[in-house]
Amino acid sequence: MMAVPQNDEHKRRRARNIALALVLGALVILFYLITIAKMAGGGQ
Amino acid sequence: MSDASYIAEREEAGAAGLDAAYAKTGEARPADYLALLKPRVMSLVVFTGLVGMVLAPGSLHPTLAVTALLCIAIGAGASGAINMWYDADIDAVMARTRGRPIPQGRVSREEALGFGTVLSVGSVLMMGLAVNWVAAAILALTIAFYVFVYTMWLKRRTPQNIVIGGAAGAFPPMLGWAAVTGDVSLMPVLLFAIIFMWTPPHFWALALYRSEDYARAGVPMLPVVAGERETRRQILIYSLLLVPLTLAPWALNLAGPLYGIATAGLGAIFLVLAWRIWRSDDVRPAKHMFAYSILYLFLLFSLLLAERGLGWGA
Repeated sequence: MMAVPQNDEHKRRRARNIALALVLGALVILFYLITIAKMAGGGQ
Repeated sequence: MSDASYIAEREEAGAAGLDAAYAKTGEARPADYLALLKPRVMSLVVFTGLVGMVLAPGSLHPTLAVTALLCIAIGAGASGAINMWYDADIDAVMARTRGRPIPQGRVSREEALGFGTVLSVGSVLMMGLAVNWVAAAILALTIAFYVFVYTMWLKRRTPQNIVIGGAAGAFPPMLGWAAVTGDVSLMPVLLFAIIFMWTPPHFWALALYRSEDYARAGVPMLPVVAGERETRRQILIYSLLLVPLTLAPWALNLAGPLYGIATAGLGAIFLVLAWRIWRSDDVRPAKHMFAYSILYLFLLFSLLLAERGLGWGA
């Protein structure tokens, strides 16, 4: 597939999408760790 | 949209002081969303929240402690984003805030409101579900106080805006404490009171040399409404009330001698600066006070942290 030249708006959108993906990924990890901590009684 | 209508819309938006048309083109970078969260304010909020957490008796699982700090940071940032939504007109005319994402047209007002609202609700829910509901309730109160009481009610109406509104910035140590203990006792109330009394001299020192900016924006800061002389007098009065209050944790045996001695010295410098502001009509003492007041609060809380780390605290 040919690479389509990206203008500035595409680059910014891509940066926003990557940032959102990273935030969502970090939240998944955080929720997992919170669950482990709660199950270990850390929330008591 | 045709070029002609786009240009017309851009011109109209520019005339309104808000380049909203530009924002519609999706120009925001991730850094613009970060800027909506007022990261510099957020750093002091997180630090004072951390001190409250460390001083609190008991312990919290490290993951939950990090989660609590994250919730405090995001909640504070979210209220900042809502503040930027509401105050976009003011921000556009003030030199200090003109570069923010909304006046620059990189983020639309509606986007900032949605961003702030989602993060506010999310941070409170996460604090409640992961940490405890007392801390979540205080976080919700902090956000509501900053948005509704300070931003929407007081800021444009009274020169007492930052006195009463300062409470919003004083909650974080209480939040950190409540995250660990699930309640509030004397020490977090004292930490709240210290930040509360510190806020007026801190902000009025800034307002003394930014008064033209505030006057242009129609914000009734004390120097604009009551004049510079009265502001200088009020800075001295609040400083005289603040310094004894900072010694209260030591006097009540809630902090150790390192805190007591160092705080007395730091407070003496604070009073000297307040005295110089009162005696002079120059702006330099005010600039010194503004810079020193940030360092002062940071050092006060660092001393408490250090004492706890060294095991010297009461």
